[in-house]
Amino acid sequence: MVIIAMVTGFILILMGLYGALTNTNILRMIVSFSVANTGVNIVLVSVGYMHGRTAPILDNAVPLAEASTRIIDPVPQALVLTAIVIGLGITTLMLAYAYKLYETKGTLDISKFSELKW
Amino acid sequence: MIKRFIVLLFLLALGLIFTQLLVEYIPDSELNLTAHYYAEHTAQDIGASNIVTAIIVTYRGLDTLGEVTVLFLTAAIVGLLLSKGNYKGKSLQRQLPQSGELLTTGSHLLVPLILLLGAYVFINGHLTPGGGFQGGAIIASAILLILLTDPLRKFSHTLIATIEATSGLLFLFIGVLGMIYAGGFLDNRLLPVGELGTLFSAGAIPFIYSLIGLKVGAEFSSMLVNLSETEGS
Amino acid sequence: MINLMSAMTLLFAIAMIGAAFVAIQVKQISIAMLAAGLVSLLASVMFLFLAAPDVVMTEAAIGSGLTTFLFFFVLGRVRGDKND
Repeated sequence: MVIIAMVTGFILILMGLYGALTNTNILRMIVSFSVANTGVNIVLVSVGYMHGRTAPILDNAVPLAEASTRIIDPVPQALVLTAIVIGLGITTLMLAYAYKLYETKGTLDISKFSELKW
Repeated sequence: MIKRFIVLLFLLALGLIFTQLLVEYIPDSELNLTAHYYAEHTAQDIGASNIVTAIIVTYRGLDTLGEVTVLFLTAAIVGLLLSKGNYKGKSLQRQLPQSGELLTTGSHLLVPLILLLGAYVFINGHLTPGGGFQGGAIIASAILLILLTDPLRKFSHTLIATIEATSGLLFLFIGVLGMIYAGGFLDNRLLPVGELGTLFSAGAIPFIYSLIGLKVGAEFSSMLVNLSETEGS
Repeated sequence: MINLMSAMTLLFAIAMIGAAFVAIQVKQISIAMLAAGLVSLLASVMFLFLAAPDVVMTEAAIGSGLTTFLFFFVLGRVRGDKND
């Protein structure tokens, strides 16, 4: 199951990067980046998974004494939680810049923005 | 065409690296040292049932402060980028069709409930899955529903900024209090740790996470309101 | 039980890859945005299989909810652009 999740995550990263590198519309590039972002999160969470264990919440199902043998690694989950929130921030920033570019040029085609090309 | 070939070559190389990683991956059967420490010591030291919350708010509290700062910077930059077109030129008051009866009534019914759910999620962050970031996003989705019902509605930017700044300052203030009265910056043992699994447990974590929730909700709301107020084109 | 979980994971994995393919290849950009939101939603179910309930709530509220709406806000502002 971990392997399936990891393979899915890697495939999503590759597909997202392919879309971001080959599309010419800026909005489509941002959509592709968000797909790649999801893939990275899946890979990170599946690294922390351990077979036959449960979520890192101490309650009746997980007695205190045997907590370290019953729960999975909580550190990647905390990391991914941060990554998702920052991911939304990055996406919003990219969208705001895309809107600003559209306002100045009237187009979203990346090949029309040639000022910094050499 | 040559560009697409280079892209495919690059992705092929990346795919080879990923395959190598996958082939050599061996799942752990034991928790590593850090995770083992967290699993053993969270209940006595922090008193939070949810270990992920304990890591985010206390063990790695400084990182969370940085994360909230990054979000604040993002909201500020979005506001800066998009506010320019708002004031120059003629006022673009688009004539929009009236929102449907179903949407209006539904949003009147749902917005208070969604706000309540958001508050529940971040107050119970130390007991159940969820916490400040999730609760903040839920609160922002209530604002989104209001925006969908009435796209021309003007939200008070001063109110959003005040909530955001006040909760951020209080968050820092609790952190400094922890430095004076407890073990260090953002230490939650400022208040008694209490009994594991009850609402008033885990020291200062419910207060810190509520403040984070308000701050994140205000930041997401300000991003949404700024993006929605860019009338133009 | 284990086989059932694996089968469910496989099903969601295939659905996610299909949705991601739609997101990067389809002609209309609004459908691409919806498909990206669908990838996030299916990913949040997959996080549930991987025993990460905190991440599930974050991904469902932020990744698939707010992000999709932000995309649509911006799409509504740049609607005049036809060559996408």
